[in-house]
Amino acid sequence: MYSDKVMDHFMNPRNVGEIENPDGVGEVGNAKCGDIMKIYIKVENNRIVDVKFKTFGCGSAIASSSMATELIKGKTLEEAWELTNVAVAEALDGLPPAKMHCSVLAEQAIHKAINDYRIKNGLEPWEDRFTDDDDHHHE
Amino acid sequence: MEKRFVYMDHAATTYTKPEVLEAMMPYFTEQFGNASSIYTFGRRSKAAIEEAREKVAKALNALPDEIYFTGGGSEADNWAIKGVAFANRDKGNHIITTKIEHHAVLHTCEYLEKQGFEVTYLDVDEYGMINLEDLKKAITDKTILITIMFANNEIGTIQPIAEIGKIARERGIYFHTDAVQAVGNVNIDVKEMNIDLLSLAAHKFYGPKGVGALYIRKGVKIDNLIHGGGQERKRRAGTENLPGIVGLGKAIELATSNIEEHNRKIKSMRDRLLNGIMEKIPYTKLNGHPEKRLPGNINVSFQFIEGESLLLLLDHYGICASTGSACSSGSLDPSHVLMAIGLPHEIAHGSLRLSLGDLNKEEDVDYVLEVLPQIVQRLRDMSPLYESFIKEGGK
Repeated sequence: MYSDKVMDHFMNPRNVGEIENPDGVGEVGNAKCGDIMKIYIKVENNRIVDVKFKTFGCGSAIASSSMATELIKGKTLEEAWELTNVAVAEALDGLPPAKMHCSVLAEQAIHKAINDYRIKNGLEPWEDRFTDDDDHHHE
Repeated sequence: MEKRFVYMDHAATTYTKPEVLEAMMPYFTEQFGNASSIYTFGRRSKAAIEEAREKVAKALNALPDEIYFTGGGSEADNWAIKGVAFANRDKGNHIITTKIEHHAVLHTCEYLEKQGFEVTYLDVDEYGMINLEDLKKAITDKTILITIMFANNEIGTIQPIAEIGKIARERGIYFHTDAVQAVGNVNIDVKEMNIDLLSLAAHKFYGPKGVGALYIRKGVKIDNLIHGGGQERKRRAGTENLPGIVGLGKAIELATSNIEEHNRKIKSMRDRLLNGIMEKIPYTKLNGHPEKRLPGNINVSFQFIEGESLLLLLDHYGICASTGSACSSGSLDPSHVLMAIGLPHEIAHGSLRLSLGDLNKEEDVDYVLEVLPQIVQRLRDMSPLYESFIKEGGK
């Protein structure tokens, strides 16, 4: 049911862990729904120089976290903000329809971490295209 | 550590035993005659079916005339429930069942609700046991059927079937039990237990898939489900699955010939595995009843992790198991059984079912005890829930 890429990122997830004194943290999802994603970012000169994640969830949630962190590493905050859930899913060679919400979580977690950084630095948070970010829905 | 193939999903299905397959083989290529044909070649097929029927009857302490072969457990459940409901509509429209039934029962009951029947879904306690007082209270003068599973497929809890049968018989209400998980694991006596209808499926006790049976006590008023020819004494149409029925007969004979000895062996492996898991993996909860459970069943929840990712990692190590997590089914909620015993969602998501059986050896237990703790720890190290738990001092 999963692509080889999903299995690879699930079996060998990239960027698992925490960052000490992160510049931004974003946590989305809830235990009730069975998935929580937490992303930590380190920002230097408006660029994401390091990123780590921790995820409670199914194979595709872990793979989506891994892929999403890979895709934003080294990117400017503007570039990272533009990463969509569809791009994450495509980079994984697709996700089963019922699992697309996992890629949505990844996008949301990144947005939350970036906005956390912006707020900490006295900047206006950017507007997320998903409004109900804490109450995600399964497809 | 050498990678092994470990099958611990016997509650999902079992392999067909070689001696069962051997008994079936002639009925594919040589003795293939239609059991309804009048000539000797057909009558030999008929005789083989009747021999299988006697074996099933013997295993349940029923009469051969009370056994009807079906296309599996789900068909038997559908037939029992719809057949009794529609045939006894003049007496009442109320059915009693439980919240932890297999979907073959639950969805049949939901269908009947749309047809004007009323259904009471009994609660169960934290171990998955029904309360007999609740059952008595649920009975009305409109109640025509009680359908309660013998043993649960997920958590293995065994219900007080004889007591339920007594209550039903005293009140003149039909009692059906889905015994798909119980046959071969528990002694069943339909007479002593006052069971009116009982469903079983061959592939759960080392027989082939796609064949089952419904026991219908003599005198029970029931409509047909499959209409057509006059097979199964005009009650279940369709040319008989001759090799399947022969296989079912052989399998039930083997599975019920020495239940005590078989259970002792399976249970001892199961207990060693369960004790090892509880000892080696902290923050683990056993789901289901500590004693009144199927001999091969383990159902545990590991805090802070999710079941599907656990299954994928187990599969990587060659271990076949199952989970009640929503993420494995594509639905929003975790297993209805785990919800009914009152588990919080996040604990239900972290559930693992290991069901042991004849394919398992002591080495399998050693292997799972070696692999499972590492996998759980690996997922916990990735889990933000575990991270905050540890940061808060592990309380």
